[in-house]
Amino acid sequence: MNSLLTIEHLSKTFTLYNLDQQIEAAADVSLHVNEGEFIGITGKSGSGKSTVLRCIYRTYLPQKGTIRYQSAAYGEVDLASAPDRVMIDLRKREIGYVSQFLNVMPRTTARELVTQALLEMGKDPQQAAGETERMLDHFELDSKLRDSYPATFSGGEKLRLNIARAMVKRPRLLLLDEPTASLDHASKVKVKTLIEQLMHEGTTMLGIFHDLEFMEGLCSRQYHMQDGRFHEGGTPEAAGRFLRDQKV
Amino acid sequence: MIQSEQPMISVQHLNKQFGPGCPQCMNPGSRKLYKNFCTVCHTVYSCQDVSFDLYPGEIIGVVGESGSGKSTMMRCLYFDQEATSGEVYLQAYKDGSRNLFAESTQQKRYIRNHLMGKVYQNPMLGLRMDFTSIGNIAEKMIAAGSRRVSEMETRGMELLEKVHIPIHRIKEAPKHFSGGMQQRVQIAKALSNRPPVLLLDEVTTGLDLSVQASVLDLIKALQRELGISIVLVSHDLGVVRMLADRTLVMLDGRVVEEGLTDQILEDPQEAYTQQLVHSLL
Ligand SMILES: Nc1ncnc2c1ncn2[C@@H]1O[C@H](COP(=O)(O)OP(=O)(O)OP(=O)(O)O)[C@@H](O)[C@H]1O
Ligand SMILES: Nc1ncnc2c1ncn2[C@@H]1O[C@H](COP(=O)(O)OP(=O)(O)OP(=O)(O)O)[C@@H](O)[C@H]1O
Ligand SMILES: [Mg+2]
Ligand SMILES: [Mg+2]
Ligand SMILES: [Zn+2]
Repeated sequence: MNSLLTIEHLSKTFTLYNLDQQIEAAADVSLHVNEGEFIGITGKSGSGKSTVLRCIYRTYLPQKGTIRYQSAAYGEVDLASAPDRVMIDLRKREIGYVSQFLNVMPRTTARELVTQALLEMGKDPQQAAGETERMLDHFELDSKLRDSYPATFSGGEKLRLNIARAMVKRPRLLLLDEPTASLDHASKVKVKTLIEQLMHEGTTMLGIFHDLEFMEGLCSRQYHMQDGRFHEGGTPEAAGRFLRDQKV
Repeated sequence: MIQSEQPMISVQHLNKQFGPGCPQCMNPGSRKLYKNFCTVCHTVYSCQDVSFDLYPGEIIGVVGESGSGKSTMMRCLYFDQEATSGEVYLQAYKDGSRNLFAESTQQKRYIRNHLMGKVYQNPMLGLRMDFTSIGNIAEKMIAAGSRRVSEMETRGMELLEKVHIPIHRIKEAPKHFSGGMQQRVQIAKALSNRPPVLLLDEVTTGLDLSVQASVLDLIKALQRELGISIVLVSHDLGVVRMLADRTLVMLDGRVVEEGLTDQILEDPQEAYTQQLVHSLL
């Protein structure tokens, strides 16, 4: 299998100047993702899960380590040090990020929001319109809602729209930060179906799910975080490796 | 691909000082100032070694406390004030081969009239308050070489419609308009010559929320549909977050931090930026 993302010795410490305090959110994190895999990250609240995803997306600036990503357009790129302009381009075309929160433009309808994401990556308007409808259909977003402003949506509707916007681009790498945390069961099932579909189409995913059992069957491997560090686990191989390591 | 792209505007080592300087403040390396101010000779260093690139179709945000030099930088770029030193190159002007600051007054006027648009923090500076709105637009079009009245009228109406000025009010003088309407007339005026570069200094400040939203919407559409490159100065980090992919942070005339907008807001590196983000969010 071809590797898509290799993180080595990633560290992130926040310096809070007003409190004269340092928070070590990630320490010496290493992780490897192959093309087409769905990797789950688990761990207690505050263990550093979101920090790792945000470092990949450059919302946080890592201090140490490398994040080698195999880009379709640029070849190998170290996301820890790539120029801002390259990051912006990768965000438009290759790397998606879904969190629990929707950042909306005022006076942009739900339909426009999804279409814009496609236009940004250079799709032609007709194709973009068609793909938008299919995605909104899938999430059963009420046709009345499609021309309204998301600011007025319920939490669940906003979230489904948020996921639709990220998924419609069929990114190469999709980072999921608890996208289903506040969804009802039916909506979660829809997200799961889409994740499955995206996997078939070749999207690689790295996700935090507080109820990872729900994603069972999809998840190829898991990493467990504790105090800013990874403990690989959850797979038979990892268990086997662990046992082998115990031999004296 | 992004890496081979030429910037639309490249600003290099822009300096603007008010005052002659003295031994205590003359040398940039060892300059001793109180904020941007020399306590010995009272020279103000409003912009110090400001450099950045703006790419085609990009919106770059500029934030910083009051007095940090944002408007001064915009004034220098639009030749409202003469920069003390530095260089600026514009791709749309002689393929970016000439330092605009070193061009003749006549050439600078040409660049300003044909290749740039600006919206001033204070509408009094950007509009003739006793001309009609459409007259304000015509003025800029005439400066850019337009002579046909019918063409100016059509374009003026089209632009004023775009910024949601009701058609029955376009013959009114902007002095009777609300602040938000004045800002929108300024935007229409700035766009009249189809400039590749737009300088926006606090376009949404002081507007009520719904008007703000329509101005933001308009700016986003300009970028998306016309591919205009925009420098967006704003106190409002929410506005910057929504519109700008990259952001510069200014303090005492200097750029102290620059990066992706969400990174600047969520993971500010400098103590000053942290304080700014916390105080304004
Ligand atoms: N922008 C930030 N500035 C300062 N500290 C931060 C920032 N983001 C995260 N931290 C700190 O880093 C640590 C790890 O946080 P992170 O958000 O990565 O945890 P998490 O595992 O995602 O937790 P949760 O399950 O609650 O979302 C925490 O102590 C948090 O307070
Ligand atoms: N003509 C002038 N003579 C002397 N000092 C000046 C002059 N114009 C501006 N300054 C000073 O230059 C500094 C930068 O001013 P500027 O208007 O660029 O700030 P700004 O960042 O736009 O602030 P604001 O957010 O309040 O609009 C200030 O200290 C200001 O007092
Ligand atoms: Mg988290
Ligand atoms: Mg100002
Ligand atoms: Zn001095």
